[in-house]
Amino acid sequence: MIATDKITNINLRPARLWLLGTLALVAAPQLFRLPLWLACAGVILILWRLGHELRGWRLPGQRLRLLITIACIVAVGANYQTIMGREAGVALLTIMLCLKPLELERPRDAVLVLFLAAFLLVTHFLYSQSALTAAYTLLAVLLLTAALVTMNQAGADLRRALAVARHLLLQAIPMMLLLFVLFPRIPGPLWDIPQDAKSARTGISDTMSPGSIGNLVDSDEVAFRVQFHSPAPAPDRLYWRGPVLWTTDGRSWQGLRNHLQGRLLQGLEAIDGEVDYTVTLEPHGGRWLLALDLPASLPPGAEASEDYQLLGKSDVTAVKSYRLNSFTEFRTGPLPPHHRALALALPDGANPRSRELGGRWNGAGLTDRAIVERALALFRHEPFYYSRNPPLLGEQPVDDFLFGTREGFCEHYAAAFTVLMRAAGVPARVVTGYQGGERNRLGDYLLVRQSDAHAWSEVWLEERGWTRVDPTTVIPPERVRATPDRFRFRSTSPIGAAGNWLQRGWLTVRESWDAMQYSWDLWVVGYSPERQGRLLEQAGMERWGWEGITAILFGGLGLILVGAAWRLLRPAAPLDPVSAAYERFCKKLKRVGLTREPSEGPQDFARRVSRERPALAAQVRLITGLYTALRYGRHARREWLKRLERQVRRFRPR
Amino acid sequence: MLTDFSPRRLWARLPRRRSRVDVSPVLLDRKRIYILPTRDGLLFGLVLMTMLFGAINYNNSLAYALTFLLASLGVISILHAFRNLNGLRITAAPCPPVFAGSEGRLPLHLENTGPERNGLSVGFVGGESQRTVDIAAASAVEIDLTQIAHRRGRMGLAPVVLATRFPLGLFRAWTRLHFRAECLVYPRPESTNARPPPALLSGVGESTAGDEDFDSVRPYRPGDSFRHIDWKALAREQGLQTKRFVGQAGEPLWLSWELTRAAGSVEPRLSRLCRWVLEADCTGVPYGLALPGERIGPGQGEAHRRRCLEALALFQAG
Repeated sequence: MIATDKITNINLRPARLWLLGTLALVAAPQLFRLPLWLACAGVILILWRLGHELRGWRLPGQRLRLLITIACIVAVGANYQTIMGREAGVALLTIMLCLKPLELERPRDAVLVLFLAAFLLVTHFLYSQSALTAAYTLLAVLLLTAALVTMNQAGADLRRALAVARHLLLQAIPMMLLLFVLFPRIPGPLWDIPQDAKSARTGISDTMSPGSIGNLVDSDEVAFRVQFHSPAPAPDRLYWRGPVLWTTDGRSWQGLRNHLQGRLLQGLEAIDGEVDYTVTLEPHGGRWLLALDLPASLPPGAEASEDYQLLGKSDVTAVKSYRLNSFTEFRTGPLPPHHRALALALPDGANPRSRELGGRWNGAGLTDRAIVERALALFRHEPFYYSRNPPLLGEQPVDDFLFGTREGFCEHYAAAFTVLMRAAGVPARVVTGYQGGERNRLGDYLLVRQSDAHAWSEVWLEERGWTRVDPTTVIPPERVRATPDRFRFRSTSPIGAAGNWLQRGWLTVRESWDAMQYSWDLWVVGYSPERQGRLLEQAGMERWGWEGITAILFGGLGLILVGAAWRLLRPAAPLDPVSAAYERFCKKLKRVGLTREPSEGPQDFARRVSRERPALAAQVRLITGLYTALRYGRHARREWLKRLERQVRRFRPR
Repeated sequence: MLTDFSPRRLWARLPRRRSRVDVSPVLLDRKRIYILPTRDGLLFGLVLMTMLFGAINYNNSLAYALTFLLASLGVISILHAFRNLNGLRITAAPCPPVFAGSEGRLPLHLENTGPERNGLSVGFVGGESQRTVDIAAASAVEIDLTQIAHRRGRMGLAPVVLATRFPLGLFRAWTRLHFRAECLVYPRPESTNARPPPALLSGVGESTAGDEDFDSVRPYRPGDSFRHIDWKALAREQGLQTKRFVGQAGEPLWLSWELTRAAGSVEPRLSRLCRWVLEADCTGVPYGLALPGERIGPGQGEAHRRRCLEALALFQAG
């Protein structure tokens, strides 16, 4: 049997306008991400359709539409150099969504548009998975659902459609939650993801040049959050290790293509200050897993390099949570010759004065330690300033800094110090990452932002191996220009904790907001296969295996469905107690075989029952009389209702 | 004994699927409602699968969440589609008779005792006469389904399909109702250029204004010929009254089969007779119908007209 019922509701204007509005909402965030001219094209297309609805503008014919489509495809391809990449694909999808409403003739077109919109909604998550995005998506889904509902009504009742959509969503959410928690998370990727040329990501990288870290300082974006499971170390021990940089051309520093291994770091002798903690890392486009200096254990799925960097198996493109422990007091093993060579290498002809100074120290017969002290003394006693916007440096940046400007940010100090050490024959390297953090008292975790990005140095000393030296710590507070930088080594208290009530209030607001985002990141966005495994373990469900869990999942879904069905399909209860009482009365009579016909009025029914069962006549008449008086009479009284209910309760026909 | 197991008798014993005939009123319940995904629903499933693959590939938590949410919406919509039909009471009123060539009507009364229902599509199987309605909570709706009556006689009306794609168009819930509804189709009356019956030519029964020979007046009843309305009484604000004539025609008017020989074959002859019956009824003259095999004595009025028309409709009908 061919289904021939057609829903032609797309012909109703309110339905179409609603559809257009929903499309605009869904496309809006993507339009912001597109290049300006492409975004304008999208807006114009939507406005064209809107104009057709409201002002009767003519829509393009089929040929013109085809032309526009081809033009859009070509334009996207030209702009992104491909149409297969992720960005290009999203752009194409967005433009097609703006284009499709121009040919809304059949209901099938409208449904396709809505499915396209649903698809576009998913792409938003490639860019942001914040709670705000989730809320926006929920709203968009509500509107999309309402749009679908309007298409399946006879009239376009938007209010009803929204009510139905809300109802549907509320019923769908429990199922969604169950699936979210229990549906087996397969560690991806299943096949190659189209990768784009590096999308701009702020944060650490394995190149450092003067000013690169200074650029991060203005960003309040969260880099990662840390929850300590053992007492937190003092603020001046909070060094978060990221890329380690070995080679320099006099200006920039580069990391090594390192030899990675998947097991615990060798040569590391832990002495003291064990810390057990969990890091929740925001995506940053690289592979680094930030860890407290120095990490002593490897989180599952991570690899370690010879210079104690922790790296994940692939780029960190989603919130990643990992637990490990570190030792703040440590000793590392002997230095292999090739490392020594690298750690002493300096480019010829670069920064001659610095090399000369280092060379003097070398020649003076000082121990390595003494050399380190000398360099630190230089920074402490000479008028060196710590500033976020230092003057630009010239051709010999280290020379200019050490002997000229004497004003710089952490990268300048770290680079200059390392150069001096190398020139003085002490193996040294630059380490970048983050320092310090801000304590969130509500959630009891440490918040590290991009503005906490830092660079320091490591020197190799005979007795201790690689030792951290941070030249910026020796600069006295009066020569630190920016106030926050003065306190970073001293405390992790957030700004405003010691201020007046207004500042403290605002701080609480900020802390609450961040704590919420942390939970969101941890439990929703960071719900990875590993976390699911851990959760199942904690709930004791691991041992049932995947078959068992799938069975529970389906069982749970079935339960929810049955529950929803029961609620939905209950026979609608009468709204008022009078009818309810009468219904009960009729039901009792039905049980003894006296069914009231739908066309039979209460009086007729009463008469019939009295005829067929004279024994019941008196009660039936009384009840019917009360009912009609209450229902149709003009002066119904409350005690009549009580009397009716009582009579019905006592009524027991046999 | 052995014959008991012969194939023929065994076959007779098997429960055969009877084509169900429904007795009005019909209350829709679980046993009558079927639900299947629509084409859009299958496409939606495809979109969801793609989204799921994307979520797995990118390990994107919120993408998983959205996929699951949309999937749940789809599944929950099954319940809503079911509820849209469940509990609806459909009553089919008898079909009024019609003339061949016009549309037979099946009046349906859809009673909704539950919450609001939207997007109910009612129509005959085969697509004729398709209507889509919303029914508000605790209310009812009257729908007339029409089917063209091509030939005279008893026309069985096709089964009725009540379907809905509410709320999301992903699933279609439907039920089939086969009321024992038959429409009596009278033959199409011949066009008015036909020759009137001989008796009418002599002007019997035609009343002209100012020439009345009437007996009394009675209140107007719908169906009375307009020619017999007492307009003067109306002008005097005495309401609509119909004049009654007494002993108008000395001789009753007989519309007989033989008179229609000029029309040709059976159907045109019946058409002519039909036209004559209508005209006679219109003028208020008592008339009788003489068909081979049936003879209806002279009379007048609504019931008499119907009897005659029915006789014409069923004349030698198979």
